[in-house]
Amino acid sequence: MYKILKKRALGPMIHEYVIEAPEVARVAKAGQFIVLRLHERGERIPLTIVDADPATGGVKLVVQEVGKSTREMGDRFEEGDSLLDFAGPLGVPSEIERYGTVICIGGGLGIAPLYPIARELHDAGNTVLGIIGARNVDLLFYEDEMSAACDDLIVVTDDGSNGRKGFVSDPLREILSSGRRVDRVWAIGPAIMMKVCSEVTREFGVPTVVSLNSVMIDGTGMCGGCRVEVGNAARFACVDGPEFDGHQVDFDMLISRQRYYADEETCALDRYIADRKGAET
Amino acid sequence: MIRERQTPMREQPPSQRIRNFDEVPLGYTPDEAVQEAERCLQCAHAPCVAGCPVGIDIPGFIEHVKHRRFADAIAKIKAANALPAVCGRVCPQEVQCQGVCTLAKRFEPVAIGRLERFCADWEAEHGTCCPAIGAPTGKQVAVIGAGPAGLTVAGELRRVGHAVTVFELLHDAGGVLMYGIPEFRLPKAIVQQEIDVLREMGVNIQVNRVIGQIRTVDELLSGEFDAVFIGTGAGLPRFLGVPGENLNGVYSANEFLTRTNLMRAYRFPEYDTPIKVGERVVTVGGGNVAMDASRTALRLGAKESIIVYRRSDEELPARREEIHHAQEEGVEFRLLTNPVEFFGEDGRVRTVRCLRMELGAPDDSGRRRPVPVDGSEFDIEIDNAIIAIGNGPHPLIPQTTKDLEVNRWGNIVADPETGQTSKAGVFAGGDIVTGAATVIEAMGAGKRAAAAIHAHLNGADA
Repeated sequence: MYKILKKRALGPMIHEYVIEAPEVARVAKAGQFIVLRLHERGERIPLTIVDADPATGGVKLVVQEVGKSTREMGDRFEEGDSLLDFAGPLGVPSEIERYGTVICIGGGLGIAPLYPIARELHDAGNTVLGIIGARNVDLLFYEDEMSAACDDLIVVTDDGSNGRKGFVSDPLREILSSGRRVDRVWAIGPAIMMKVCSEVTREFGVPTVVSLNSVMIDGTGMCGGCRVEVGNAARFACVDGPEFDGHQVDFDMLISRQRYYADEETCALDRYIADRKGAET
Repeated sequence: MIRERQTPMREQPPSQRIRNFDEVPLGYTPDEAVQEAERCLQCAHAPCVAGCPVGIDIPGFIEHVKHRRFADAIAKIKAANALPAVCGRVCPQEVQCQGVCTLAKRFEPVAIGRLERFCADWEAEHGTCCPAIGAPTGKQVAVIGAGPAGLTVAGELRRVGHAVTVFELLHDAGGVLMYGIPEFRLPKAIVQQEIDVLREMGVNIQVNRVIGQIRTVDELLSGEFDAVFIGTGAGLPRFLGVPGENLNGVYSANEFLTRTNLMRAYRFPEYDTPIKVGERVVTVGGGNVAMDASRTALRLGAKESIIVYRRSDEELPARREEIHHAQEEGVEFRLLTNPVEFFGEDGRVRTVRCLRMELGAPDDSGRRRPVPVDGSEFDIEIDNAIIAIGNGPHPLIPQTTKDLEVNRWGNIVADPETGQTSKAGVFAGGDIVTGAATVIEAMGAGKRAAAAIHAHLNGADA
């Protein structure tokens, strides 16, 4: 069992958790992920690591309540409660080097895994320009954390409820068009956002790293459910990634594969909401 | 007078069983077991024992069954085999003990597997006894992977008094017994029971442990452990490498079976993990895993479940019993057929294009090589495809262990008699060494490795 050491709300449907998993916390690196399971009937949920503290044994995660399992975690799992299973770290860590100037782009929940990468790139001596965005202010978080990790931070929302109105790709294009030398871009967020950002950076020939969140079962290389096409070859996001060269990824296939279980996800969520309503009345 | 035929085992009828996940063969009654045991000739040279990868005293346990000494029978089996309830169900006895049975020269061989299963089930019903544990040796062994090989090593070494810790990557111990082999062939409660016995013996099984990341093999050896056994299996699914294989609806057998078995997707939405099965499902491959997948597809609601295999009936690598069960349940076999491309609509697979094959000259494996027939292309409309053409070695440990020799396929190089790898104090066995094989072969390798580890630990004393 893995105890929830801390839980705090980052928005109406977003929580940050610190889970007690000292063996994971001791070795976890930016870019890696864990798999957790809430209870005996639970699914295996892959989540990218936000932070890990070897001293306290805590592993930090951010969870957006989009489906049945994540809703259940938000509703029913509080500080002091325990998760049944927690395994990691999994996947290949981000390649943190001194590149020069790096743009770190986080969209929606993607801000969470982006944050430790931005911080480590900054610590490694890079000039880090941050761009974070979300649909609206309720879905935006870690503004302070990202400000501290970046030399400069631009905030955008689709509806203009915080920062500039627009998409994260807008300031990206502006910076690249300005002629400023940029050595590498990290873009993490919804598949469509990563696709658009990769298309922009391709025009300017800037190497771009994306982190793929395809559907996984075991997360350890066994099921192949997370396979994505990168440079026309099938790769497993769990063991070959989750980070890949954004210019090589077939994002349309990723988006299509992410949606395969949409009906089942809706069914499970509706059933959960109905059960909860039933329990309240 | 010897009965020429085996005592039949009652089974769920096909029309009923394709609607549930309950076990298909129902087991022997004590009378049926005794009747079958009476067929054994008690040959002095006992070829069956040599045919058993773990060397069970087969005539010995059968003699006990014949005289209704069931507790003695199971004790005799357990002296050589830690997982009899599993082996009695999934071993390919037809090519092992039963294949060399003297009776088989004229009649049907003694149903050794069924008798083994009977003894194990009898014990489960009457209360298992935990084997005697030797005095503590003060030695500690780490076992990586809680599958058939690792669990065997753990049981054997614990029995002689070593402290054993098993590290498992998934959330349940059992390896392929839990995620791969379906409930209707190997009930998970039975696997759990065998694992519980190991826990009672004092084997420390730790799940959710990503060895290679949280600790490397070298760190285990420089820490509290005196020896390490690697039994991480063949977990990396192979794909055909043909166009369209990444369309939605094309599963690896590993994914299809893991969703169903380990995650209980057949009980979605009561369990959280879903699975999607349409009306017509094609399974590519001819081994036990292909049989398991095609039979699982039927139980998940497929109206047509079709096996596509590029060689002929004779070369099907699956156990005959599995093929027979699949046929009884209505699985259709399209042999000498090879898929070459998948086509889809809106990202979902709709069609598989196949070529007819014919058998040419024998290849490296000694089997006749399938050769495509010119112009024989044809299409099958499908809702799902399951690729069951084998698995490669799980890469995590080889990638994170320096100086560990692997062959060109990524399998760990280990002495077949001892499991000794290129690193001192590190042993390996099972599918991570041999490539995908059987449960019992992995257990045989585990047993030999355990003996070698025991000798190594004793030698280290001197």
